[in-house]
Formats: sequence, structure tokens, C-alpha cells
Amino acid sequence: MLGKTAGGLFWMFRFLERAENTARLVEAGFRIALTRSQDTSSEWESVVTTAGVCDDYSRKHTDHNAANTIDFLLRDKDNPSSVYSVIKAARDNARLVRTALTVEVWTAVNDHWMTMQELLKKPIRETDLPRVLDVIRSQSSLVRGALHGTMLRNDIYDFARIGTFIERADNVARIIDVKYYTLLPSVSLVGSSLDNVQWETILRSVSAHRAFRWLDEEDMTAASVAQFLILDPRLPRSLMFSMKGLVENMNHLAEEYGTRHACHDHADQMLQGLRKRTIASIFDEGLHEFITAFIQDNNALGLLIERDYQFYG
Amino acid sequence: MSTKPDHFDEMRVGDDGVRAPYDGYKAWYDEQPPGRFARKSKEAEAFFRRTGITFNVYGQVAAQERLIPFDLVPRIISSREWTKLSKGIEQRVRAINAFLHDIYNRQEILRAGRIPIDLIARNAAFLPQMMGFSPPGDVYTHIVGTDIVRTGEDDFFVLEDNARTPSGVSYMLENRETMLQMFPELFSRIKVQPVSDYPKNLRRSLAASAPKSCGGKPVIAVLTPGIYNSAYYEHSFLADQMGAELVEGHDLRVVDGHIAMRTTRGYKQIDVLYRRVDDEYLDPLTFNPKSMLGVPGIMDVYRAGNITIANAPGTGVSDDKAIYSYMPDIVQFYTGEKAILKNVETFRCGEPDSLKYVLDNLADLVVKEVHGSGGYGMLVGPAASKKELADFADKLRARPGNYIAQPTLSLSTVPIFVKKGLAPRHVDLRPYVLVSPEGINITPGGLTRVALTEGSLVVNSSQGGGTKDTWVLED
Repeated sequence: MLGKTAGGLFWMFRFLERAENTARLVEAGFRIALTRSQDTSSEWESVVTTAGVCDDYSRKHTDHNAANTIDFLLRDKDNPSSVYSVIKAARDNARLVRTALTVEVWTAVNDHWMTMQELLKKPIRETDLPRVLDVIRSQSSLVRGALHGTMLRNDIYDFARIGTFIERADNVARIIDVKYYTLLPSVSLVGSSLDNVQWETILRSVSAHRAFRWLDEEDMTAASVAQFLILDPRLPRSLMFSMKGLVENMNHLAEEYGTRHACHDHADQMLQGLRKRTIASIFDEGLHEFITAFIQDNNALGLLIERDYQFYG
Repeated sequence: MSTKPDHFDEMRVGDDGVRAPYDGYKAWYDEQPPGRFARKSKEAEAFFRRTGITFNVYGQVAAQERLIPFDLVPRIISSREWTKLSKGIEQRVRAINAFLHDIYNRQEILRAGRIPIDLIARNAAFLPQMMGFSPPGDVYTHIVGTDIVRTGEDDFFVLEDNARTPSGVSYMLENRETMLQMFPELFSRIKVQPVSDYPKNLRRSLAASAPKSCGGKPVIAVLTPGIYNSAYYEHSFLADQMGAELVEGHDLRVVDGHIAMRTTRGYKQIDVLYRRVDDEYLDPLTFNPKSMLGVPGIMDVYRAGNITIANAPGTGVSDDKAIYSYMPDIVQFYTGEKAILKNVETFRCGEPDSLKYVLDNLADLVVKEVHGSGGYGMLVGPAASKKELADFADKLRARPGNYIAQPTLSLSTVPIFVKKGLAPRHVDLRPYVLVSPEGINITPGGLTRVALTEGSLVVNSSQGGGTKDTWVLED
């Protein structure tokens, strides 16, 4: 496969994953805004921080209100991470790697892009927001479904999945990073309504609020929420799940090509590191420090993959 | 100019009855319930948009990717008509390859005084770098798209030879695919020669053109300028259908005297490059030094016989419209036969007598730039305003050698589907020709382009033209 094609697949699926996560972030923020009576600007601010677009945002807006944030994150063309921008970027990458995709996957991405052009043409009214977010999520699901249902399980699929997991690990880690203080046992008053709302928001932003309840945890505690998001291999958006998926797909590549690279060792180390951890040891080390190191490691992994598989010249 | 009754309608609906090739289709058409066509037409458009069969128009920000309108009524050619056409095309393509080989080697045709030396020496598309070099099998034009127009029952003319990089073949294939999806029952009633072998034939033809030094199965790649090029869809489509890699210049480099592409497992040698990048951008070391689209050093690899470039650099010489005017002589010179297909009468404005005639009759003529393509920079006299005519006359006087003029042909019409039913529109035809050392293969049919505006003669997709499926009937 061309290095460029591998890179195109990797980024196409990073962008698709980012679109979904941004939609979830907006949904969680919107929910807080609806359920709380006091000023919600700090919530919206943290949504913007989590999306990693503070600088771009502050160039356009001064205050953090619902309308500005929603517009910026969903449809602003000046925001390279807005849903509009990343779906366009995903579709551009899909055109680049068109020969590697099945007709179903290409059509699903192209449909996604055509739908977004319509859907995000005008500013979104509050009454329409739930429907808009729903469409974004279901369009993403259609792409994923086409990928799983129609693509050969070869290197093409591996690069698509690797991109997905790298992006997911990054997005989820950043959600935890922005809210880490609410997860610290030292500052949390067990059962306080503030924490419950915050934890609920975090869980919602990874679509895990119901799954968490299914797990039948006796109590929602800071430790149990953090454990769930970081170490639970059953949750498809946990760091553990993402790392396992990454290593699995990278091992497929190593087998298919008969060569291991520096990126494989790096990924293995990251997974081993997670496996050795307990949530208590993470809190001892410092949740913030742990997450910051994870994000850096994950970025470094992305760069190694890019280099080892010759995405660029 | 309106669709006067004096033009030739290929279906001839109305008082005159229906021409034989359209018998079966017309019978089927008359059985269709009202409203079905309008519905199908919408379906077809949605299908094209979803599949992403689009082209980009330069300089239009709002509509970067546009659909070429597709008309549901097929253009039908009998097998007898096709046999004659394809013989004529084959003869012409053979002559063009012999001509190119001659021009880049012994230049017999110049020595014989059959065409003026100036036409070659001052031709921007002529590449001195190709002198004394013979590509594998002496094939220069691996892919040709001959533009043909019809004016009467037996009157076919070649309008342009397009030996450089003809585009549009993906539309030929997708148009048929769409018709098969829309009207499957039609194809069980009427036997149409298939076009779907084109990608397979293209692959075989390119593989057969691989350099002699290539041992084993040749590796083929399609070179595209990238996703923002107007024909990118076609590039990816053809690569996909052939099972070839779709590469850009920055994927390639010279490795050990060969062209190699950067893969996830290191560099891999390419033997045949089907390039959709113009000569000028092919090699920054040889041609335009600013080009980012090409591969530095590819011309050295090429001349060393280590890669086949399709089409060969320098084939554009034969696309020159002044050279075109000599094509009957060229055919005669290299094949010893009279040209089967007619040339359109062409006035070379560089010649004083011709220039005078052209200026005197500008309102009746079509004037084209010698090196132009795509319908840009051309004047359609009968459709032009007085001011446009005067402005163009000035341009002609300033640089007469830059232009040729041709009489306005009364192009044949084929019906398209409009709100009220069938209405005649002018068409042309671009059959696709594959040339390899093993022989010449012409796909039955080709791309029919249609001027959707009533009376218009401009069929170019960049200027509001549409396309039709083109049928060659089985015997």
C-alpha cells in the first residue's frame, strides 16, 4: 500500500472519530446548561478546552455562551476541528484513498458530508440541536457500519482502526484532563450534587452514562468513574480499550508485513503500563500527571506510526 | 442558431418515422407510463452525486464539484455504422503513431515536404528531449479519444484527435452502469455491445507496453495531479478498476535507475505509468522547474528504457490544430491509403489568403486556438454578438498563426428528455482507443456529449454540456 494511502486512511478515521466525540461533548454541555439554573459559562469554556480549540475560539468570541460554543464546535469553518471541518477533511481524505475503500464506505462518507452541508448550513436553533447531534452520530455510525461490514481485514482496515483508536484515546484523555479535579477524591464530597452532575457529564461525553449504571456499581465515586474511563477493558471508549485495539491492529500489520517497528514497541509499553496500573496508584501518582503523560505518549505514538509506515516522504 | 430542420436527427422522431437503429428503443419508450422518466432522471442525479462522480471547474468557488448532467435517452449507433467508424479511427490512430515516431526520429515527412517544418519547429508541444528515442513497440498514444461529429447518414468527421490525455472514459462506463440500473428491462430487449471491458483492456494494453527490461508482471500506476484536479474522480476510478495504484508526484522518486513508489513497506518499482499530468509538469529537472506534480529525473529513467510513460511525452504535437489540418496527408503518407474518416475543412489563419477569407466570413465560422482545448478561447461565429466578432477579429489580426477556422458544421442531433418529452439536441462522440504493441482496441461506443441548450453547438462539460450513454447495437 502507498504510504500516502496509509496516512489518508489514518487521518480519515481520526477525523470521523473526532466529529463524533465533538458531537458528544456538545451534547453533554447542552445537558448541563439545561439542567442547571446558575451561570453555565464555565461549563461551555471547559467544553471548548476539551475540544482543544481555545485559541481559535478566543480569536472569534469573547464570552462562553451556548450559542457561540455550539456554533463554533459544530459548524464554524474557521475552526479546523468543528464537525463541519473534520467531516470535510475526512471526506477529502476518503477521496484521496478512494481506491482503498469499498463503494459502501465511500458512499457512507460522501453521504455524511452531503448531509452535513445541508444540516450545518444555517446557525442551529436550540430546539433543533438534539436532532442535529443525532444526525451527526447516526451518520458516523453508518460509516463505521460500512467499514466493519464490507472491508477486508487487511492493512487498509488496520490503518483505519489505528487512526480511530489514537484519536479516541486522545479525545477521552482530554475529557478526563479537563475535568480531572472533579474526579479527585480529596476534593470530592461523596454524594454532593455538584460531583454527580460533573461525573454524569463526563460519562455522557463518552456515551457511557447508562453503561456505568449497568455495571451495577454500588456507588458513583470518583474512583469508580475514573477506573471505568481509564482502565475498564469493556468500555469501548476507555483508554484501556483504545490501547488494546491499537496494539491488536498494529500487531496485525507487523504480522502481515513481517516487520516490527519502533511504534510497536512504543504501543506495547503503553499498554503494559496501563495494565500494571490500579486506579489507586494513578491517584497516588497524580491523575493530572498521569493523563498529561498519556496524552504525550499517545501523540508520540502517532508520530512514530507516521514515520515507520512512511505516510509522508 | 436554432435547431433547423436541415440538420440530421439520428432518431428522427416525428413525421419522418424512426431511423432503424432506434426502432426497438422508440417502441419501448412509447410504452413507458408518463412521469417515469422524470422520476428516473432525479434518481440518476442522486446516484451520481452519492457516488461522487463529479468534476471540478476551475475558478468557480461556489460549485467546486459539479455533476455533468446525464440524459437518460441513449445515443444509438448500428453495428454497420460502427464498423466503418472504427476502421477509420484505427487507420487514423496508426497514422498518428507513425507520424510521431517519424517526427521524433528521421522526420521523413518534413524531408518530403508534405508538412511545413515550421509547424514542428515552432510547436510548443514538440519535445526535443524525445528526439532519437523510441518508446516500447513505438507506441506513443496508448490512449486516444477521437472526437467525431456527424452531419448526415454517412458523413462522419474527425473534429479533434486528442492524442494527449483524453478524459471522460469514466463517464462512458458510469453512464452505462446507470442505464443498466435504471432500465434493466431495456437491455434484455435490445442487445447492446458491452463497454465494461474497458478497464481490463486498458490494464492489458498498458502491461503489454511495459519496457523490455521489465521481467515478470508489470506494476502499473496512475499518476494524478491530486484530489483538486478536475478529473480526479476519473483518475481514482480507473486506478480502482484496473487494480493499479493511484499515485501523485510526491509518492514517487528515482531509486536505482527506476521509478519507485513509497509504500508502507518501502519503495516499490513501477514499470508503467499512466500519467494524467501534462508534459510540462512531468519532470521538474527537464521541463517546468516549479512543478510539484511530477517526478524529478523521470525523463532520464524513461530514456534509459526503464519505465513506460503513457501517453508518451511529446504526443501533443499531433493535437495541434494546425497539424490537424494536414491529417488527411499524414494518413496517406504513412498508411498509403486514403483517409476513411473525413477532416473538417480547416483554414489556417497564418496563411494570408485564409486569414482574409476568415475575416470576411467570421460570422459563419468557428475559430479555435491552435493549442487550445476544452472549448476555451474559441469563437462560434453564428452565436457571437457583433462586438464579440469585432473583438475576435482584432485578436486574429494580431496573432493569425495562433488560430484556425472551420465552417460551422450542422452537427447531428439526438433527442434528450425534457419536461415535454423528447427534444433534439446537438451531439458529438468520443470513442476511446487503446494502443499497445499487441494492437489497437476500440471500445464500441464511447462518450456522447450533448449540448443541453436548444440550438447550442457547444458540448463541453465545462460549458454546460451533458452526456448520454452510447449504444452500439449487436448485429
